[in-house]
Amino acid sequence: MPRLLTGNRVETGDVIWWTGDGWSLHLKDAIAVDDSGEALIAQFSPQERINDLALIDADPSDAGWRPRTTRERVRAVGPSVRPDFALPSIPVESI
Amino acid sequence: MYRYDEFDQAIVDARVAEFRDQVARRLNNEISEEAFKPLRLMNGIYLQLHAYMLRVAIPYGTLDSRQLHMLAHIARRYDRGYGHFTTRQNIQYNWMKLEEMPDLLADLASVEMHAFQTSGNCIRNISSDQFAAAAADEIADPRPYAELLRQWSTLHPEFSFLPRKFKIAVTGSTIDRAAIQLHDIGLELVHGAEGEIGLKVLVGGGMGRTPLLAHVIREFLPVADYLSYMEAILRVYNRHGRRDNIYKARIKILVNDLGPAEFARQVEEEWAALKPLGLDPPPSELARIAAHFQPPVLDADAPVEIDLSNPEFANWVAVNTHPHKVPGHAIVTISLKAPGEIPGDASADQMDLIADLAKAHAQDEIRVTHAQNLVLPHVRRDALFTIWQALKGAGLATANLDRASDIISCPGLDYCTLANARSIPIAQKLAVRLAPQEADLGELKIKISGCINGCGHHHAGHIGILGVDRKGEENYQLLLGGSGAEDASLAKILGPGFDENGIVTAVEKVIGRYQSLRSGPGERFLDTYRRVGAEPFKEAVYG
Amino acid sequence: MAESTLFRLRDDPQDSSWAHGDPAVPLDAYQAGGTAVRLEPGDDARALIPHLASLRRIDIAFPKFREGRGFSAARILREAGFAGEIRAVGVLYVDQLGFLVRAGFDAVLPEKPFDADVARATLARFPHVYMKAADTARPVWLLREERALAAR
Ligand code: SF4
Repeated sequence: MPRLLTGNRVETGDVIWWTGDGWSLHLKDAIAVDDSGEALIAQFSPQERINDLALIDADPSDAGWRPRTTRERVRAVGPSVRPDFALPSIPVESI
Repeated sequence: MYRYDEFDQAIVDARVAEFRDQVARRLNNEISEEAFKPLRLMNGIYLQLHAYMLRVAIPYGTLDSRQLHMLAHIARRYDRGYGHFTTRQNIQYNWMKLEEMPDLLADLASVEMHAFQTSGNCIRNISSDQFAAAAADEIADPRPYAELLRQWSTLHPEFSFLPRKFKIAVTGSTIDRAAIQLHDIGLELVHGAEGEIGLKVLVGGGMGRTPLLAHVIREFLPVADYLSYMEAILRVYNRHGRRDNIYKARIKILVNDLGPAEFARQVEEEWAALKPLGLDPPPSELARIAAHFQPPVLDADAPVEIDLSNPEFANWVAVNTHPHKVPGHAIVTISLKAPGEIPGDASADQMDLIADLAKAHAQDEIRVTHAQNLVLPHVRRDALFTIWQALKGAGLATANLDRASDIISCPGLDYCTLANARSIPIAQKLAVRLAPQEADLGELKIKISGCINGCGHHHAGHIGILGVDRKGEENYQLLLGGSGAEDASLAKILGPGFDENGIVTAVEKVIGRYQSLRSGPGERFLDTYRRVGAEPFKEAVYG
Repeated sequence: MAESTLFRLRDDPQDSSWAHGDPAVPLDAYQAGGTAVRLEPGDDARALIPHLASLRRIDIAFPKFREGRGFSAARILREAGFAGEIRAVGVLYVDQLGFLVRAGFDAVLPEKPFDADVARATLARFPHVYMKAADTARPVWLLREERALAAR
């Protein structure tokens, strides 16, 4: 199952996704890190720039990545009760 | 209301400078997140699902218009134009940037506000009765006692690393609007034999995983020594409260394990050691604080009769106002629960409007209630229509106080990193479904939490809903029969849980059964439940 | 734990054996007359009250950050009149210095050394305190009372 690397930027708290050569605010830019995930966390943790680094499970879908848990879908899109803030990832209705 | 003197201001300003320094050290990588996290938590800053969240203390839920305008300014300048009023009478902002937080705290300090101890294992913001100084049923204004507690507990050197968080509520009335039986310490102002004021002390109440009602450990505590007595309670707890299991670390578990009598004995013993040390301020300090809470000068000849010919207005007056202790006046509750909206959320524009109304018509005071509404405590009845019109224009005139759509809801999985399930969408659906029949249902308190921590007070709901995780899916348990008022009781789980649509239907079935069972229109759901028990409702939902 | 991390707020000499080198014995190995003892979080500080005259140093352990019982232990010992060194030992951060000093500690042996500049700034941070504790700081209610009296 594809795994994505995510965390929160320390300065802003923004949810960010690993794109292979940097971080993006958008889930759609994420790449599957799969087996290299642990090594990336071990690389980034000591730098102390990203909080709550974590690997999450996601499935590919027509609309892009679909995280498996409600929690991660909410993190990726924004609060389901504020569609006006929804980030362009999966549709807010599909949380 | 209380105004800072230069000492109070200097302490709050020093805190801002301290945090500015701590944030700079974190952003420079001089300190790790592990070391920084407890520091930011002690300033009420959490990392939630989308961003940092800041919880601002609103001591005993009292604000003036200048402060509410500042909360609006913060919503605009640092957040996305809104804030969330919580069940602890505080406000939370959801979209905070750590790098902006020092400036934000400086803005707060400029109106005598702060985020001291709104998180962490310390003594949290002191809560109180939202109708203080206005309700006809009170012995005295509880807020001077709460303010002295605020000062005493601020940066307390012995009690900043307790086994767990610690919440104190103070009320001046036998009608309990502060849920004192569900706090770590509940204090109720009472009269002594000579008519002097003292405090009844309750300890060990709380919700969360092990909900318990508090025990009275002292019927009458002289106010001259109450701080040293608090010190004794906290010391017994700090030394003997469990630290091996976070779910057993609240004082309620210690009180329960020792038994209230033994706990009280240990407190008295500790108090005997502490009292002679001169920890209690002189009576002049309480008097100095109390002088800030002089009741407003209100015109007792203000007209009682007002024009109620507009039925919508008349209904709002009937539902959302309470009698004031001064004739011709009323206590107005502004509902932040328009059906379909997010419970407790207010936009910056709404905050500004309410602040302006408070300034013009309510002695410049606003209160935050634990039910996530706002209160204008001192309003002339002949100004009610003007206020109502202004509120209506801003979507704030919903007449649903204590009714089915006045639902308490924690932020749940839409914002909170600890959540198991979303709470707000359930509240929104239920409010929309139940609003049409709520006038017939009368008082009905529905409370929703997104996890066992119980920030939405589900155990104190006439109908409580608890979000749980069932194999990665959101699932909701239904609880019935709780109350956080003077007739406090803990709601009990009815049976197996439901999905999002199932829980809404289940609540509707419970309400349908209540309507067929109730003895008359005056019998509240809670009364019917207490009379008939859970069985008929189980049958209605699962039968 | 390197000895160099010791942060000391006393100005008496630290080179005597009791203050620096002597290993503090655990409470249950302590024998009357001993000069240094170590309290673990679950130990009752009051058990030492009969021995305060011979004790020169009491170490109080903070095995993890969330541990807070040592703050009560130190204050109890000061309330009982102990004037020797009370040393906080363990997982402690420089930002806790204000609390530690007010609770009665006058030395800290943290796991990681304190930055001296930050420590100085932390100790000087708050110009006033709200409550009496184990140090000599006078609470604001006392200052307010004095000011009110002076104004009369
Ligand atoms: S009850 Fe749980 S989900 Fe709700 S705000 Fe509290 S911690 Fe978060």
